[in-house]
Amino acid sequence: MAEFSLPRNSKVQPGKTWPKPQGKRLKDFRIYRWNPDDGQNPRIDTYTVDMDKCGPMVLDALIKIKNEQDPTLTFRRSCREGICGSCAMNIDGTNTLACLKSCAEVKGDVRIYPLPHMPVVKDLVPDLTRFYAQHRSIEPWLKTVTPEPQTEWRQSPDDRKHLDGLYECILCACCSTSCPSYWWNGDRYLGPAALLQAYRWLIDSRDEGTGERLDNLEDPFRLYRCHTIMNCAKACPKGLSPAKAIAEIKRMMVERRA
Amino acid sequence: MADSRQAGRPLSPHLQIYRRTLTMMMSIVHRATGMALYAGTLLLVWWLMAAAISDSYFAMVQSIFGSWIGQLVLLGFTWALIHHTAGGIRHLIWDMGRGFDLASVETSARVTLAASVLLTIALWAIAYGVM
Repeated sequence: MAEFSLPRNSKVQPGKTWPKPQGKRLKDFRIYRWNPDDGQNPRIDTYTVDMDKCGPMVLDALIKIKNEQDPTLTFRRSCREGICGSCAMNIDGTNTLACLKSCAEVKGDVRIYPLPHMPVVKDLVPDLTRFYAQHRSIEPWLKTVTPEPQTEWRQSPDDRKHLDGLYECILCACCSTSCPSYWWNGDRYLGPAALLQAYRWLIDSRDEGTGERLDNLEDPFRLYRCHTIMNCAKACPKGLSPAKAIAEIKRMMVERRA
Repeated sequence: MADSRQAGRPLSPHLQIYRRTLTMMMSIVHRATGMALYAGTLLLVWWLMAAAISDSYFAMVQSIFGSWIGQLVLLGFTWALIHHTAGGIRHLIWDMGRGFDLASVETSARVTLAASVLLTIALWAIAYGVM
């Protein structure tokens, strides 16, 4: 059953307002903090950044805050160019990558939370254990029965095109954690990211495991909890559509019955 | 996950902080109208049973449905029915794998909403015209 409110230990309290720097173009960043060591509830701290002395992206501001104001602020980041998926978080109410989100796009204060409805490890770092386990469960590798060729598995350019819009997924979890169905049934529903990945292997002309892959998804929860709410496609920082991939899997289910 | 619970980790905010969008609201309204249709169908059954029971009981039920509050409920019922049907057609198009680009999704949401309101007004205009 869906639990709409937050558990008692998760309710967010007002936090600290950090000293303002000097400057003309100041912007406030209201950031979710949770420290596993102090036994307190999560809180929202407010930091002010002089945008004249900061890079354009939200990740630039986070790094500046960590470097200059508060070294305890914790978040994941790596490539800073939208290819690693580490800095996925909820910015201004929508899941996205901090490195691709421009501060100027946000009107007023920049509100930053960890990815929604996830266990928090610390501050903006969610526990993605289950998310990765779900990806593993769709067996994201080439499954074949024919003997392996001497060279590589061949694929025509036309067949390769079927993977466009799928292979670009970086598993940042923006889509899955934007999905209300995943919020309420994340223990049994695989979620948009894992299902987009499932379709990526289902539609691969070289893969020979289609039947067992579909068997694995034929379940009231794993696949069919998608209600086409469309948050996934709107959140995807790579512009992919997990919703469409899921619809295609549902179609394959119907077609193999016919 | 078990480890996460043991560690006493808080759950990050979700509904409380996620930005509302038209598509999200359409999904919620589709579900809400679907549930409203259960109640509406009971009203229909009540009306049919009243007709089978007696003239006076039917007249009583008719007067309830004819009162302003009854009319308001029936107006809501017809809108819920039409909105849910229009939403159902939208879902049918999606089930064929079409209309998934973000522009189409936005357009179909607006068309569904506008159609449900206009068709409800049209239906009531016709009903009042006939009476």
